[in-house]
Amino acid sequence: MNPMLELKHISYSYHTPDGETKALSDISFSLAPGEFTSVVGPSGCGKSTLLSLIAGLMKAEEGEMFLNGTLLTDNSEKIGYMLQHDHLFEWRTVYRNVLLGAEINKKGSPALGSRALELLKQYGLEQFAHSRPSQLSGGMRQRAALIRTLLLDPDLLLLDEPFSALDYQTRLTVSDDIGQIIRQSGKTALLVTHDLSEAVSLSDRIIVLTKRPASIARIIPVSFALEKDTPLERRNAPEFKNYFNLIWKELNHDE
Amino acid sequence: MNKEISSVSGGQQLFLNRLRRHRIIVRTARILILVVFLILWEVCANTGIIDSFIFSSPSRIALCFWGMVLDRSIFLHMGITLYETIASFLLVTLLSILTAVLLWCSRKLSEILEPYLVVLNSLPKSAMAPLLIVWLGATPTTIIVAGMSVAIFGSIMNLYTSFTTVDQEKIKLIYTLHGTRKHALLKVVLPSSVPAVISNMKVNIGLCLVGVVIGEFLAARNGLGYLIIYSSQVLSCAGILI
Repeated sequence: MNPMLELKHISYSYHTPDGETKALSDISFSLAPGEFTSVVGPSGCGKSTLLSLIAGLMKAEEGEMFLNGTLLTDNSEKIGYMLQHDHLFEWRTVYRNVLLGAEINKKGSPALGSRALELLKQYGLEQFAHSRPSQLSGGMRQRAALIRTLLLDPDLLLLDEPFSALDYQTRLTVSDDIGQIIRQSGKTALLVTHDLSEAVSLSDRIIVLTKRPASIARIIPVSFALEKDTPLERRNAPEFKNYFNLIWKELNHDE
Repeated sequence: MNKEISSVSGGQQLFLNRLRRHRIIVRTARILILVVFLILWEVCANTGIIDSFIFSSPSRIALCFWGMVLDRSIFLHMGITLYETIASFLLVTLLSILTAVLLWCSRKLSEILEPYLVVLNSLPKSAMAPLLIVWLGATPTTIIVAGMSVAIFGSIMNLYTSFTTVDQEKIKLIYTLHGTRKHALLKVVLPSSVPAVISNMKVNIGLCLVGVVIGEFLAARNGLGYLIIYSSQVLSCAGILI
């Protein structure tokens, strides 16, 4: 199968008047369609930078990226990006927040409006469609943010620690929730996280980065022999601990 | 929400009573201070503790005001000042929002203009008013410009600051949804600056009034500022204090 996303020798440095900081050096990997991949690494190693590069918010200094075989040069409409905080706007209702992306892309068609309502219904936010975001719980807000991203129908989803702003209990349920939503929709996803157990419970593959300047330390395929392969089931499986320890060792062995 | 009185618990009732008493005390005290001040003023003026020619007294002011109401001159003056203040206020609001947007659009422009804005804002505007008369003549336009000059530079700086302090992550969100800088302005920066714009407008209306009265001091034949100058020339302190 052709890869959905392919990165070839990507490097990036931050420039300030005081000098430059190398953030990424020679990153190469590819994602298969429908695959859920996580990126873990020491904090501040440039994980989020990697997503910003793929999303086209910043330009890589070296290397090339391909999406579905075509060279990725700009902010592609095929890519959806979910940020750490939901950033729902308080001056809009939940429904209008969800439609924000559609408005910007001049896709404000009635069909999309009903699709938005359908998704809100599917994810249990129906009765809050015309409420203000402040009336929603943290988990609901994150789900609304996911709908906002999914409504543009991206092929590739970039998730930048989307659960880290939630409290632990909500986080487990929401990551279970959102993980399943993404799997059911068959989207390819790239998740950046510092939470190892989250990475193990959600992914098909885990990319471990080194300290700054980040390069790939190791790519670990994850598979569970489970009947019902959900994030919560995975957390209870015996393999879970082994994967966790493997990544933990990989992260710490160069210190 | 509309629970019956009987369903309110004792503690809640106690809290509500305390809240009501607090409000009554605040309101009475406010009115009381004004009344006591006026009475004290009146009594002092009548008994000669203060010179009633210089300090006037509430009853004289009221009489003077009533006289102007009767010959309708007060309405003319108030109307003109009101018109000039509102005109300069609207112009300031419009111009400062437009300029702030312009500065936000170009970081270069804002960095270039920043020192000029600071200097212009700190100029003594009342000293500039005579210049404006020379340039524009003794017309209502001059007065409106004088009113604007007091408020506009501070207003631009405040609005620009509030535009630039908008959460950068929210702007990033717009870009992740494939938006442009125009979308960032329309969907994020302007809506989230509405409270700042409103508080800015509240300050501006006061400043415009100050500017308009200064302008009228120097260049008008009607308006409250003119009235104040006229009264001071005929040594009618009651007239000024209205």
